[in-house]
Amino acid sequence: MPQTHRPASEDGAPERPPGLPARLLELAEQLRDEGVAIGTSELLDAFSALGEISWTEREDLKEALAATLAKSAEDRRVFELVFDRFFHRASEEQALARDVREDGMEDSAAQIDLTQLRLAIAQAISQGDDGAMRDLARMAIAAFGRQGEGSGVIGVDVQRIRRALDLRSEARATDARDGATSAILPRESLRAFEGHLRRELERDAIERTRRLPPARPLSELDRALPSGPLQDLAAVHRVVAQLKRRLATQGHEHRGRRKHAHVDVRRTMRASLQTGGVPVILKYRPRRPKRPEIYVLCDVSTSVTSASVFFLSVLHALHDNFRKMRSFVFIERISEVTDIFERERSFKAVSDAIGRDAGVADVSGYTDYGRVWTEFLARVEDDLHPRATVIVLGDARTNGRDPRDDAFAEISRRAGRTFWLNPEPRLYWNYGDSVIAAYERHCTAFECWTTGQLEEFVKALARPDAHVAGR
Amino acid sequence: MAAQPQSVSDVADGLRAVGYLPGESTALVSFLAARLGKPVLVEGPAGVGKTELAKALSKYLGRPLVRLQCYEGLDEAKALYEWNYRKQLLRIQSEQSLRAEGSRGWGEVSEDIFSEEFLLARPLMTAITSPEPVVLLIDEIDKTDQEFEAMLLEVLSDFQISIPELGRIEASTHPVVLLTSNNSRELTEALKRRCLYLWLDYPALEHELQIVRMHTPELSETVSRKLVEIIGMIRALDLKKPPSIAESIDWARALLLLGADDIDGETFTETMSIIVKHRTDLDTVAERVGVQIGGLAGAADPQTG
Repeated sequence: MPQTHRPASEDGAPERPPGLPARLLELAEQLRDEGVAIGTSELLDAFSALGEISWTEREDLKEALAATLAKSAEDRRVFELVFDRFFHRASEEQALARDVREDGMEDSAAQIDLTQLRLAIAQAISQGDDGAMRDLARMAIAAFGRQGEGSGVIGVDVQRIRRALDLRSEARATDARDGATSAILPRESLRAFEGHLRRELERDAIERTRRLPPARPLSELDRALPSGPLQDLAAVHRVVAQLKRRLATQGHEHRGRRKHAHVDVRRTMRASLQTGGVPVILKYRPRRPKRPEIYVLCDVSTSVTSASVFFLSVLHALHDNFRKMRSFVFIERISEVTDIFERERSFKAVSDAIGRDAGVADVSGYTDYGRVWTEFLARVEDDLHPRATVIVLGDARTNGRDPRDDAFAEISRRAGRTFWLNPEPRLYWNYGDSVIAAYERHCTAFECWTTGQLEEFVKALARPDAHVAGR
Repeated sequence: MAAQPQSVSDVADGLRAVGYLPGESTALVSFLAARLGKPVLVEGPAGVGKTELAKALSKYLGRPLVRLQCYEGLDEAKALYEWNYRKQLLRIQSEQSLRAEGSRGWGEVSEDIFSEEFLLARPLMTAITSPEPVVLLIDEIDKTDQEFEAMLLEVLSDFQISIPELGRIEASTHPVVLLTSNNSRELTEALKRRCLYLWLDYPALEHELQIVRMHTPELSETVSRKLVEIIGMIRALDLKKPPSIAESIDWARALLLLGADDIDGETFTETMSIIVKHRTDLDTVAERVGVQIGGLAGAADPQTG
């Protein structure tokens, strides 16, 4: 049994062996809450791994648990966040329970010279000395706690202290005039120091209020931090590949009902040779599945800036999967970008090219949906047919201009199916200048700004009523 | 030499002794793999030393390395075992010629031709049946199909192979198994479940410097450091294929051959093709890094002088 492994040293560490299995289960529970798939076999592995290492070493403990519990790069990142949060909280809880307080730092803090502190911190950060960083973070908090009251919000305090210490990351250092006083540091290590500051501030808050703040689930932002849009791209591509299958199979249900079939004259003639030239057996042309034709209109105006990277990655993924596809971007007017996607393979090149020479007629920077519909109709009116699918990516904010929902109705009448993906939460729909209700009458609208919601959209496509509503 | 490691630092030292500088987690996971007997799934970008790790482990543990290179369409016959069809035919033919003297029933013959004598062991089988413990490397598992993964499950969790005609073949010794993946496709949960997970990334600057220094000790410290810094800069760019550790070492060797005592703009443009292997990447690197090198060279002069 894994539990029988008892390490030799039993000092007063907060997680003593009898409590450890329970603690580990708690950690696993929290990891599961964050979406890491942990089965019983993983837990058993973790226990047996702990039997093999000296788990009083924090790094070893962490690595051993990571190797057994987190089975992908993504999970590994979540694991690290959860692990830090978990053991920080666990030790704080113990400290509260035993009424352990750390003090004695305040007196010495009064005498600390700011410049000295800054230099010491810069040195600790550049050396990556964790212990020193932690001590200096405490000192900095003590020093600044005297100057003015903390805002009470930890995030704000962290930034306040960082600014007061004049610690800059490399990226922001370009405008630094005097390199002597401001410390310029690699961004990663600066972030580590901010982490220390945050933890120490939390500890202070806990000591003051004598209770633990509620456990906060990892936000989308926490998870997304190290990954750029390029990593999300893979997720978008996966979802769009599903979309392709859904669209392809939906064509099939209609094919079965079609009664007529074309006679293949050549093959019928050949078959007729058996019957002396009398075409007794008719040969038909095989019914080939029709490739879906997709028209995508993508809003790239400033009101959807945050979503447009996501939109462009959706477009990019769609182009990877569908041959017959035309894409348009629009702000005030519309511009076709199909050939850019066909020419460029890499996402970065595509987004650069669209930014540079897509020729989006951007006079005022405000979307004019009415104009976009009329221009779109003028361009593709003859090509639109009931097998085509039109997907609009936009927030339906007209900036007070005429929404021209009649033109949109015409588009959706000609196309087989029309979908609208709106990057705004449903709460904000029809609020302010959003006129999504006017368009929603003619199409099916989805709230969509994460890959999860994109997946919902794909699932909805499979439901039979989804495309009927668009007609 | 065939030692069972006693602690994580044992493994770290041992790997270092055979010319592989492990990171913290690499040593720990290797140690766990040897102690727990669980397969290790090693993931990471190309060229961070995933395969090297298996070779180093085999050297350190003093076990022979059995390697199965995966590719699309790899099947059981290539990975596990195959009946030696020709030998079986010969056996039957010779039986026919012998039939004149003593009459032996078909049952006896069929028992004969489906025995281990007629079995061609492929890498997985070799690893399982080997009398001495081995290190089994299943390279680039992400290149195979999901069906193949499913077949691996039995081998990886129970270290046994079921052959319909023979029954179960169990491992006499416990192999250390490493699976590598470039993450080109998501592996199945079932496979991951059976493995320890190790993510190998590009090493930190100091770590890579040590690696380069170990492989080309003749190259001066300052040049090596600069080389590693430049590699780091290039990796920070968004390239199609960032330079791997192997390419850093190649570059160091090339510089050594050229007798370069500093990396200036000229040397860099001449030797750039060793580390960057895409035409578009070459342009980006020349544009973004090549310019900076000039500045770097100027700054480095006082140090070297």
